[in-house]
Amino acid sequence: MSTWIDIAALDSVPKRGARLIKTALGCVAVFRTGTDEVFALDNACPHKNGPLAEGIVHDKAVTCPLHNWVISLETGMVQGEDTGQVATYPARVVDGRITLDAAFLKQREVA
Amino acid sequence: MKNAVIIGAGMASGRVLEHLIEADPEAFNFTLFNSEPRGNYNRIMLSPVLSGEKSYAEIVTHDDGWYGQNKVTCRFGEAVTSIDREAKVVRGANGDVPYDKLIIATGSAPFIIPVPGHDLPGVIAYRDLDDTNAMIDAADAPGKPAVVIGGGLLGLEAAAGLALRGMSVTVIHLNGHLMERQLDPAAGYLLQKDLENRGIKVHCNGATKAILGTDRVEGVELDDGTVYDASLVVMAVGIRPEATVAKNAGLEVNRGILVNAQMETSDPDILAVGECVEFDGQLFGLVAPLYDQAKVLAKILLEEEGSFVPKELSTKLKVTGCDLFSAGDFAEGEGREDIVFRDPARGVYRRLVIEDDQLVGAVMYGDTADSNWFFGLIRDKTEIADMRDTLIFGPAFQGGAPSDPLSAVAALPREAEICGCNGICKGQIEDAIAAGATDLTAIKATTKASASCGTCTGLVEQVLAVTLGDDFVIPAAQSICACTDMTHEDVRRMIKSQELKSMEAVWQECGWKTSCGCHVCRPALNYYLLADWPLEYTDDAQSRFINERKHANIQKDGTFSVVPRMWGGITTPDELRAIADAAEKFAVPTVKVTGGQRIDLLGVKGEDLPAIWKDLNDAGMVSGHAYSKGLRTVKTCVGTDHCRFGTQDSTGLGIKLEKTLWGSWTPHKLKLAVSGCPRNCAEATCKDIGVICVDSGYQISIGGAAGMDVRETELLCQVATEAETIDVIKAVTQSYRENAKYLDRIYKWVGKVGMDWVKEQIEDLDNRAALVERFEISQSVYRKDPWAEHVTKAETYQPIADLTLEAAE
Ligand code: SRM
Ligand SMILES: Cc1cc2nc3c(=O)[nH]c(=O)nc-3n(C[C@H](O)[C@H](O)[C@H](O)COP(=O)(O)OP(=O)(O)OC[C@H]3O[C@@H](n4cnc5c(N)ncnc54)[C@H](O)[C@@H]3O)c2cc1C
Ligand code: SF4
Ligand code: FES
Repeated sequence: MSTWIDIAALDSVPKRGARLIKTALGCVAVFRTGTDEVFALDNACPHKNGPLAEGIVHDKAVTCPLHNWVISLETGMVQGEDTGQVATYPARVVDGRITLDAAFLKQREVA
Repeated sequence: MKNAVIIGAGMASGRVLEHLIEADPEAFNFTLFNSEPRGNYNRIMLSPVLSGEKSYAEIVTHDDGWYGQNKVTCRFGEAVTSIDREAKVVRGANGDVPYDKLIIATGSAPFIIPVPGHDLPGVIAYRDLDDTNAMIDAADAPGKPAVVIGGGLLGLEAAAGLALRGMSVTVIHLNGHLMERQLDPAAGYLLQKDLENRGIKVHCNGATKAILGTDRVEGVELDDGTVYDASLVVMAVGIRPEATVAKNAGLEVNRGILVNAQMETSDPDILAVGECVEFDGQLFGLVAPLYDQAKVLAKILLEEEGSFVPKELSTKLKVTGCDLFSAGDFAEGEGREDIVFRDPARGVYRRLVIEDDQLVGAVMYGDTADSNWFFGLIRDKTEIADMRDTLIFGPAFQGGAPSDPLSAVAALPREAEICGCNGICKGQIEDAIAAGATDLTAIKATTKASASCGTCTGLVEQVLAVTLGDDFVIPAAQSICACTDMTHEDVRRMIKSQELKSMEAVWQECGWKTSCGCHVCRPALNYYLLADWPLEYTDDAQSRFINERKHANIQKDGTFSVVPRMWGGITTPDELRAIADAAEKFAVPTVKVTGGQRIDLLGVKGEDLPAIWKDLNDAGMVSGHAYSKGLRTVKTCVGTDHCRFGTQDSTGLGIKLEKTLWGSWTPHKLKLAVSGCPRNCAEATCKDIGVICVDSGYQISIGGAAGMDVRETELLCQVATEAETIDVIKAVTQSYRENAKYLDRIYKWVGKVGMDWVKEQIEDLDNRAALVERFEISQSVYRKDPWAEHVTKAETYQPIADLTLEAAE
């Protein structure tokens, strides 16, 4: 049932980095880890809306650039003492291309 | 008897023949075509033939006797040119052969990058015996240069073989680390180190631009301008299925010849096997799955049941002394966790990837003795929840072996320098301990190690602990972060003495406990590496805080501020006009004069940064680095130009200093000021480095601050000329860069090493000159405008996709 939308070449996102996707309801950040996994999350920290795409990526987490909250890329959960969660969307790499589950756009409309 | 014709006498069809003949020798008449003028040999053993460890005779699988005995008609040295499916006939150069069943096993063809010069004599692929012999011939005299393009399995085996034959080999690899499909960067680092130890040069991130030469290959040129001499070039950049004959016959072909699980092509009388096939979207490049395919294909021809199921694969490299192993999937997928183990003493690295309490991937380097055990866990999808805590230590350690925080120091050779100030090596400290020095004070007294700046104290204590065992208890020291047990000072010494020049090298040799560090250690390591190895290390943008990655200060709403440099606080009407224009054009909400004598444009959108920089660049302005752990501003007063008390040209000196120091990275921010007389209007005595001009010269003082701590500077020295002032400031800056802990301002660093030690560094004129020289070497790389550079990659500041329209549908 899920259809995948082609986004861009994996190489357009730096290793341990992120880039943004514009959607009608704000930006989604696509992260690439050191081992070439990709994850898609809302680009807003649960703390004070820090732009997560600008954070430092390590293992499967990103550190928010504003006040250093650490967020799991897999679950969107805030790590450590702080609490909160960011919405995540299914993403994967197929033949060197990043693709996102089309249903994610729908999900965002509901959110 | 039916006629079976086979195209290709390779490793896959060889197995098919063995299975068929063993099951029923009377079922088929065989005709075997092969383009190579020989029958089946063990292709994977070409590497030992290349290195001289084996001869061709030793790797032949089926010889003439075997083919004769089993009634296989051989058509070797004859390529099949076409297939007539209507007539069920195969066409070779020496005549047609009819078939009832046809087996295509044409393997694959090496990929040749179509750069200029790729067809010169001396450029070869690595696929068959003829290629191997051509390489052996090229290595006829010692020391001849060879270039191998491609740092994957084949390329590295070729490189190692050629090196053993005495050639001087360089490997060019496109990716950032070797064998990136099988290894992660950490294991790739260890492999590179082992290869370099045997004299093979490795050039990663290298894109081949052209192969040079007139009648024969003479060299290889890369995109970055590097040129390597070469009397032989081996291209080992990949393979693609050899499906030409099948495609021309109208069979369904995608990347390879499409087959079902019974190895049947789109024509039921034609089957295919080996590297030439594509099954369920997959291609195959290792023999294990081909052997499974061969078994299935034989069953189908004998009209039995059979079905091919791809299994997990594992990889090893056949280069003696490079012990590596990788299996399963250690790259993609959600819900996974890593376990990492490093033993720098033995050069061991292991990484396990776990998903849903099962092992799904493993990468190992150095010690692969347990690889089969791990591979078994992956293949059998064993539940590992119970042994999770000790899993990484392998089957023998199911009781648990804690990682040893001292192993990195234990691994150091006796020649490793521990104390940089006094040039004391580990061996000298060990000797002192053996002679009775059993604590830090005694070591200081007998060897002088850690008696000067003291930053190596941690390492000296670790040598004591390693040598004395339980008799020495290390005072607790603060490690950089949870990724390591080492302190900043320990890691800095390791980077220098062990010549660690990449992140991977530091993680491995210092025993990092995570796979790729964290937001605390990575920026520090990035700084240490670029400060110590400015020419060798490439700055890693992903290890920098956003301000330094994007060369602008992030604001609380995610916008940025833009501060162009105003050298020494001097500006012009033209610059002010350009700033005003930019502020209007990009609707900058706030324009403010900063405390650093320049103008801040606050609230610029991330996407607009390259465009506003471009406008400012065009008006002659560059980045003010208002965001950097590096030189910020040199504040000045008006000095002799206008002021009735001025003693020297403070504005002019400030501008010269700013033009010399700008772009340099330092452990924390670096602010300077030059005042024209002791009235000190530029507030020079609360800066990191301050200059007060006096009639007789220049008083240089350091260690001031006016932030969370307010400090007055302390006098470093007084000199007579401007030129000497600039030299002293470069030297003290370089000493700070080389020795301080990341995020220590100068006053904190001086607090640790002592003002006397810093004075000694500067007073010793040879040392001062050496510091100045090293500062200049670093500035040859970093004294440039990052804005201008980023304007050329403006697209990286834009979103990668715009789905606003799709959502509207
Ligand atoms: C723009 C400016 C204030 C102003 O409007 O004047 C400013 C703005 C910031 N300062 Fe500052 N400082 C500015 C002059 C100063 C000064 C005065 C000076 O340099 O003469 C000081 C005290 C002197 C000193 O550094 O010792 C100063 C002491 C600090 C500190 C405390 C440092 C410390 O070691 O205690 C911080 C925090 C830090 O760096 O960790 C800080 C950090 C910051 C940051 C970068 C906060 C941040 O991390 O985001 C602010 C960035 C604002 C932005 O987005 O642009 N700023 N800051 C001044 C820029 C000067 C320039 O042209 O580059
Ligand atoms: C140097 C080297 C080292 C390797 N090391 C390993 C290793 O360590 N482990 C591992 O698992 N794998 C290794 N491999 C890969 C392994 O050798 C291959 O996967 C395997 O040989 C493929 O078998 P195949 O039968 O499909 O093709 P091949 O063995 O290539 O046989 C195909 C044959 O078909 C012939 N042919 C092609 N077209 C025609 C035509 N039109 N008419 C007639 N004949 C034709 C070719 O000349 C060739 O002889 C290595 C390969 C090389 C080159
Ligand atoms: S430093 Fe001295 S000379 Fe310069 S402006 Fe101030 S008072 Fe005048
Ligand atoms: S906004 Fe992310 S940590 Fe504060």
